[in-house]
Amino acid sequence: MSPTATDLTALSLREAGAGIASRALSSRELVEASLARIAATDGKVRAFLAVAADRARAEAVAADARAATGGRLSELDGVPIAVKDLFATKGLATTAGSRILEGFVPPYDATVIERLQAAGAVLVGKLNMDEFAMGSSTENSGYHPTANPWDLTRTPGGSSGGSAAAVAARQVHGTLGTDTGGSIRLPASFCGVVGLKPTYGRVSRYGVVAFASSLDQVGPLARTVEDAALLLGRIAGHDPRDMTSSSRPVDDYLASLEAGARGLRIGLPREWFRGGLDAGVERSVRAALAAYEKLGAKLVEISLPHSKYGIAAYYLIAPAEASSNLARYDGIRFGLRAPAKGLRETFSETREKGFGAEPKRRIMLGTYALSSGYYDAYYLRAQKVRTLIRRDFDEAFRSCDVVAGPVAPTVAFKLGERTEDPLQMYLADVFTITCNLAALPGMSVPCGLHAESGMPVGLQLLGRPFDEATLLRAARAIERELPPLPAPPLAAGVS
Amino acid sequence: MALSLEEVRRIAALARLRLSPEEERTFAEQLSAILAHVEQLKELDVSEVEPMTHALAAGEAPALRADEPTPSLEPGEALANAPAREGTFFKVPRIIE
Repeated sequence: MSPTATDLTALSLREAGAGIASRALSSRELVEASLARIAATDGKVRAFLAVAADRARAEAVAADARAATGGRLSELDGVPIAVKDLFATKGLATTAGSRILEGFVPPYDATVIERLQAAGAVLVGKLNMDEFAMGSSTENSGYHPTANPWDLTRTPGGSSGGSAAAVAARQVHGTLGTDTGGSIRLPASFCGVVGLKPTYGRVSRYGVVAFASSLDQVGPLARTVEDAALLLGRIAGHDPRDMTSSSRPVDDYLASLEAGARGLRIGLPREWFRGGLDAGVERSVRAALAAYEKLGAKLVEISLPHSKYGIAAYYLIAPAEASSNLARYDGIRFGLRAPAKGLRETFSETREKGFGAEPKRRIMLGTYALSSGYYDAYYLRAQKVRTLIRRDFDEAFRSCDVVAGPVAPTVAFKLGERTEDPLQMYLADVFTITCNLAALPGMSVPCGLHAESGMPVGLQLLGRPFDEATLLRAARAIERELPPLPAPPLAAGVS
Repeated sequence: MALSLEEVRRIAALARLRLSPEEERTFAEQLSAILAHVEQLKELDVSEVEPMTHALAAGEAPALRADEPTPSLEPGEALANAPAREGTFFKVPRIIE
């Protein structure tokens, strides 16, 4: 077997790992193929903020040595991956997509980075994102926007846009992102890849640059449901360095992956299929639901009466937490320091120069919502509404096992289309946000191409807290049933 | 609910942001639009509802870790990213004249 570089990049993460295990492939070949693909495509896609080629090559040599002696660390050992630039990587610059952290080199690794390295995965680089994960298009990056590999005039979604685009463009075999209000699922949907946001508490947030601490969660983006399950299995589990990480044992996500959809009760929220949903998106989603029925699943109508308040509650809670988390960027201990006369001027000048418009907007909104006299009216009320949203789901999960619907009201929108109107940008998250508020696991699985635009459409699946296994099983059932998406034009056009 | 320029300046001062006059105008307009959108939360009667102050249900995570010393960053590592330092200290502009 002597596959070409293009063939290698088309392999799933599991296939690439199995190739190393059988010695049909080497990690070095896979890493070279990945680096060549990045060199050939990233001038257009711009998914990467930094490529760590030397480091990746050295790790590949070590992985090949382990494979030669029968000492592979895991099924991921030697496989090229990349991560959103929100994860602290020891010795490798970490920017969170912000100029205020330009040149910051973390002295330690995030827990998820440690775990992937312990599994032998080869980190090829750091991926672009909306600044501090605030955005839905990756256009808020302090460095450059990322383009959608399916259509370079469109956004890849956000905030983990680089993580989704890199998988779609076949630059690496899997990536990690984070999801605070839809930041894994939205770009996965827009780029036609699988994205999984685990239950809050399933994956450690230690070493993840904080945006909204009660909502942030780390998860995988991959080409297949099985790959997402493999990655989740490696990163999930309690971490003593994150007091909000759950001590529940981690399920074997592969055990029930092929169990099919027969007998599953799939809940369709009445409120998600009312107006505001693009007709082509609705057609693809409904076709997937019909396929579930054919597979023996039962569709049941459910109601999430408070989901319409999700955006409003989120845009008080997330900015409030962000305004507090981002107070640490003061120009004293790390990151940018703008020269100024006094200490207070140093803070204000550094923050004015270092933050882009979106973090400033959210800091302003959050500071206002938490300020004296407004706390009860805004933040406290939003947290009470959060309770109501969670109760809606608790009630719905009495009659269904997973909830299904669209990820977003539209396919990927054009670059520049929404940058002038923040509220319009926020509304892209209308279907994804309640999952974070209710602290549930959620996925985006490709469910076809939009007839008019040819862009991918994602099916959203939400599960009970800590029931990622059922979610993955449902996702795998529909992935197996629907025809696979073709390679995006960009990936298909490069040889 | 429209936010005045004066209020925008007050919030910016609390948040240690020095906004340009243009930013002040833009934020007054955009934040007013966002606040108008969140007004809809007032439709709900939440007088009997407890706030969701924790995303993780009680008992999901151990409340406290064991109180045992563990290795942490060396001063050199902790200071490596400091914009200005002197010895083992972060250096800041003069505070007291």
